[in-house]
Amino acid sequence: MHKENKGPVLSGVVGFFDDPESLIEATAKVRDSEYKDFDCFTPYAVHGLEHAQGLPRSKVPYVTGALAFTGTATAFAWQYAASKTWWPHIIGGKPFNSLPAFVPIMFELSVLFGGIATFLAMLAFNRLPNLSKRSFDPSITNSRFAIMIESPPVSDDDEAPAEFSAEKAEAFLKSLGAKDTRKVFEEGWF
Amino acid sequence: MATADSSNELVKPVNDVLVTGGRTFAEVNEDVSRPLETFPTGKWWVCFIAALGAFFIGAVMLLITMRDGIGVWGLNQPVGWGNDVTTFVFWVGIGHAGTLISAILFLFRQKWRTGINRSAEAMTIFAVMTAGMTILTHTGRSWLACFWLLPYPNQRQLWPNFRSPLEWDVFAVSTYFTISLIFWYTGLIPDLASVRDRAKNKIRKVALTILSLGWRGSNKHWLHYEQAYLIFAGLSTPLVLSVHSVVSFDFAVSQLPGWHTTIFPPYFVAGAIFSGFAMVVTLLVLAREAFNLKHYITMDHLEKMNKIIMTTGMLVGYAYGVEFFIAWYSGSPFEQFTFINRAFGPYWWAYWIMVSCNVFIPQLFWFKKFRRSIPVMFVVSLYVNIGMYFERFVIIVTSLHRDFLPSSWAMYVPSWVEWGMFFGWMGFFFIFFLLFVRFLPSIAMGEVKSVMDQPRKGGAHA
Repeated sequence: MHKENKGPVLSGVVGFFDDPESLIEATAKVRDSEYKDFDCFTPYAVHGLEHAQGLPRSKVPYVTGALAFTGTATAFAWQYAASKTWWPHIIGGKPFNSLPAFVPIMFELSVLFGGIATFLAMLAFNRLPNLSKRSFDPSITNSRFAIMIESPPVSDDDEAPAEFSAEKAEAFLKSLGAKDTRKVFEEGWF
Repeated sequence: MATADSSNELVKPVNDVLVTGGRTFAEVNEDVSRPLETFPTGKWWVCFIAALGAFFIGAVMLLITMRDGIGVWGLNQPVGWGNDVTTFVFWVGIGHAGTLISAILFLFRQKWRTGINRSAEAMTIFAVMTAGMTILTHTGRSWLACFWLLPYPNQRQLWPNFRSPLEWDVFAVSTYFTISLIFWYTGLIPDLASVRDRAKNKIRKVALTILSLGWRGSNKHWLHYEQAYLIFAGLSTPLVLSVHSVVSFDFAVSQLPGWHTTIFPPYFVAGAIFSGFAMVVTLLVLAREAFNLKHYITMDHLEKMNKIIMTTGMLVGYAYGVEFFIAWYSGSPFEQFTFINRAFGPYWWAYWIMVSCNVFIPQLFWFKKFRRSIPVMFVVSLYVNIGMYFERFVIIVTSLHRDFLPSSWAMYVPSWVEWGMFFGWMGFFFIFFLLFVRFLPSIAMGEVKSVMDQPRKGGAHA
């Protein structure tokens, strides 16, 4: 069962919505408000939400592209070196550097490098595996949608104390149509 | 369910099309997770024990092969490839439908794929694993295979022949397996989180927390996730076409009449999709029945797959015809002999089983009544599986058994060891598939929800 979320450090305030439509509308309003640190939580990828949230495009494709090209180059260099320099053999009267015959492995290695890089980049950008932030409600992976306004990190120097009123944020989310709101405290998985 | 207001016409009713029965998001989780959270049924145990039994027989045969060498198989000159390579091509081919569903249909925005993609991808992975096992066994001393297959730096500076399609195949199949596995696992992450959040048992919860990587549905995560998913689909699409093309090069690049044909890559890819869809239908007809998933794997899904089976079956039939035409048109007496021998020689029965199962029987699907009949499609899908096994058998064995030198002509009959291994690999595949439907969500919940009837503002449904 989901145990009650308690702790000394407030990580933010969350407001729940029952449908993606209200979520997108409310998200756009949060984006334009004073709260800059916020995130949405949904059971599936809601299209259009990234625009409402004002998120920039993902940079994953650049990583894929770079590593896929590395794969192509690696495969060519490797096959060329092995077939021409390290172990030159005449097979079927073909030249040592048989470029057309190297193409299939060049393609496969591009896909292999690109695919693994995509996966690792996705994890890295998302900071997964995530051990430090527990899911705050089991309904998020089931049927409900939420916006979380994050409290600014507690800063050590007293000169710029972060002013964050959980009550104010809760009231704001309520005014956007949140069905219920709640404080969330920092809590890890284990 | 209230009717949608006019301003929302565009996002209107996908309800009761892709997911029937007016399910809500919460009911999706309920329905999909049920088989995971209850003790397996008697039927599941019967299937699982049967699969274990088949695998056990195969394992014994494998041990015999390892002890005595592949001389215990029916292979000899001139038929050096038989049941081993036939089963390899068969299982690699099966995998292709999964990637077609998960990647190609995704790029083409075919939303109906969401109900079936998870199990089809699982089928891909297990089929490629099975194929890998068959081909490793075929190398004889399989414990040494990695030294022969993989290029690795060694003191003697020996390298494999990169001009050989067999070496391309090593890369194609291993890349295919790796990418399919990553793609499948990426798709599973949010669903594992869904199952985790329902888990009551502590150990189960910890295990699922680790497997789901602590996913919590953040939209910042979804952004990168969706992007990665699209890239996987984009990478897998040319990959899947390349894999069976490379498998076909194993034959086409040789000089043997019956193998040496340029039509092989598209012909093999069409055949792979054909056989794979047949396997998907076989498996899903059973799974939707056993796990009560009829709202997600609907008759419409099955009908669409049956249409693909008929289409690709006719593509394969076209390839059979073209092969004959080209054999005649080539003017080469060796080509002509090979093809006439294929249809009317000693293996005529294998050829006609292939044509009947792959070309004639799927023609039933011209009729809507048959496309939407569970018993008909189940039987047809089994016939297609049989037919596609025979297709590979015909291509491999009939091309080899009549050598250029009539004195070396011979017949090939798989030995009992080979038959045992054939069933063993079948069991191997089903063990994994049965464990999958038991332990992992077999419907992509996160994806299904995005194509369902969305809850509306004010509690109304479209």
